[in-house]
Amino acid sequence: MSLEPSQVKEIAHLARLAIEEHDIPSYAKNLSEILAFVEQMNAQDTEGVEPMAHPLDMTQRLRPDEVTEPDQRERFQAIAPATEAGLYLVPKVIE
Amino acid sequence: MEWEPVIGLEIHVQLSTKTKIFSGASTAYGAAPNTQACAIDLGMPGVLPVLNAEAVRMAVKLGLAINADVAGRSVFARKNYFYPDLPKGYQISQYEIPIVGTGHLDIDLEDGTTKRVGVTRAHLEEDAGKSLHEGFEGVSGIDLNRAGTPLVEVVSEPDMRSAAEAVAYMKKLHSLVRYLEICDGNMQEGSFRCDANVSVRPKGQETFGTRAELKNLNSFRFVERAINYEIERQIELIEDGGQVVQETRLYDADKHETRSMRTKEEANDYRYFPDPDLLPLEVDQALIDEVRETMPELPDAKRDRFIDEYGLSAYDAGVLTTSRELADFFESAVQESGGQAKLSANWVMGELSGALNKAGLEITDSPVTPQMLGGMLKRIEDNTISGKIAKDVFEAMWNGEGEADRIIEAKGLKQVTDTGAIEAMIDEVIAANPEQVEQYRGGKDKLMGFFVGQVMKASKGKANPQQVNELLKKKLSE
Repeated sequence: MSLEPSQVKEIAHLARLAIEEHDIPSYAKNLSEILAFVEQMNAQDTEGVEPMAHPLDMTQRLRPDEVTEPDQRERFQAIAPATEAGLYLVPKVIE
Repeated sequence: MEWEPVIGLEIHVQLSTKTKIFSGASTAYGAAPNTQACAIDLGMPGVLPVLNAEAVRMAVKLGLAINADVAGRSVFARKNYFYPDLPKGYQISQYEIPIVGTGHLDIDLEDGTTKRVGVTRAHLEEDAGKSLHEGFEGVSGIDLNRAGTPLVEVVSEPDMRSAAEAVAYMKKLHSLVRYLEICDGNMQEGSFRCDANVSVRPKGQETFGTRAELKNLNSFRFVERAINYEIERQIELIEDGGQVVQETRLYDADKHETRSMRTKEEANDYRYFPDPDLLPLEVDQALIDEVRETMPELPDAKRDRFIDEYGLSAYDAGVLTTSRELADFFESAVQESGGQAKLSANWVMGELSGALNKAGLEITDSPVTPQMLGGMLKRIEDNTISGKIAKDVFEAMWNGEGEADRIIEAKGLKQVTDTGAIEAMIDEVIAANPEQVEQYRGGKDKLMGFFVGQVMKASKGKANPQQVNELLKKKLSE
């Protein structure tokens, strides 16, 4: 399976990556090779094999429901590009 | 043509844990912006989510309450999309394997029948932050206090056939999560939110029509109105030769209409995949047993018990069990009144509920306690006061004048049961109304009411009505 330039553009947009037009053919080639590798795995018979959700053969450890994080707003907002009245400011989001 | 609406609901239940689902930041409502948003909630590089045990326990509790399968493994997945109130660029949710599997809820319909609504699944996920658009020029403000708050999204089967059924289902789930004490149910603060999938099809047709998803339904009334509006809109559209488009529509309560949200080209391309930061969650039998231990009596079981134990009608039992607090109030009042179940039910659903509604108070804030109400009911039962005088006593208790006995004593409200005293009043009334006495004796039975009224008036409402009736009949037929 090989990817079309339009699909590469779409994937880049979904990931919010800015890519140069002249790089698209090489991205298409690289990504297509990854897909070809996946195709190779698809050829294996996995009937009855439970899909693996994680490479570690362990289950999730749980945390007690206790407040452990103090307010550190000032420290976090010191490295934010823009804040006002305790809010993080971002370019206007229009619904 | 006759059309049939098909409705399914997705309800987000905000779990009332003390901390976030994946971090130890507080979830308390109403804090100053971003004071409860830690490095994990902000999606800082290098942080790792650690799952809150209480959120898991609450999800299991809900699962057990809707008779769903909760045992075994579930997997957290990343739902990828970009929005400023979601700093990581993905929401941690559950996709292929949710914690709660297929279950059901039984809803009561207006015609008195019961309908079973299927629950497809319920999964754990984190909430996003809030975007504030007003009061800023060219920018939006982001408050991430809500980011990471645990939610259970309960997805129903498309089993509902009217807006009324959808509301009944929603109310049932609302009552259930409050009984289970896993959600405060506050819809205004967004603790219980509903999206509705609505489609229509010609009656009798098997396949579903194209559905629209309605958002922003933050009250029972809005759910009903928005769904009814949407059903009408779709029917009109199809009858005019148009087609329903699969899209998300926002309900505008002020204009009472739903309108299309701009559809983005790659909408719904969430590219789910298992979150490598989280291991599969295993719910074992020990946890299920532990949760089962903490299960309260659920609304349906309580309603059935109220019918059996107290001899209430199905309707009364249903009303009194809508909330655990109301049911508890009723049961304490019955006990305090020495077992006056029907009288307690009437007073709790009548005077008390009316007064609470008028004052905008919850049952838990009632100035009249179950002890006070029960104490007053005892005095009705032993004929110290009549039901009519009891209303005055209730009002006095409501206004903080103390217990019933004290009020009855202080205001001299004790019912007159002394036969001699009542007879004296009757004699006066008979002497003062010779014409009516003549007519009554001439066969005008209806005048009995007039005489009773006169005697009651003379006694300032304190004469025992039964005795007045009996004695009047005797005297008038002499």
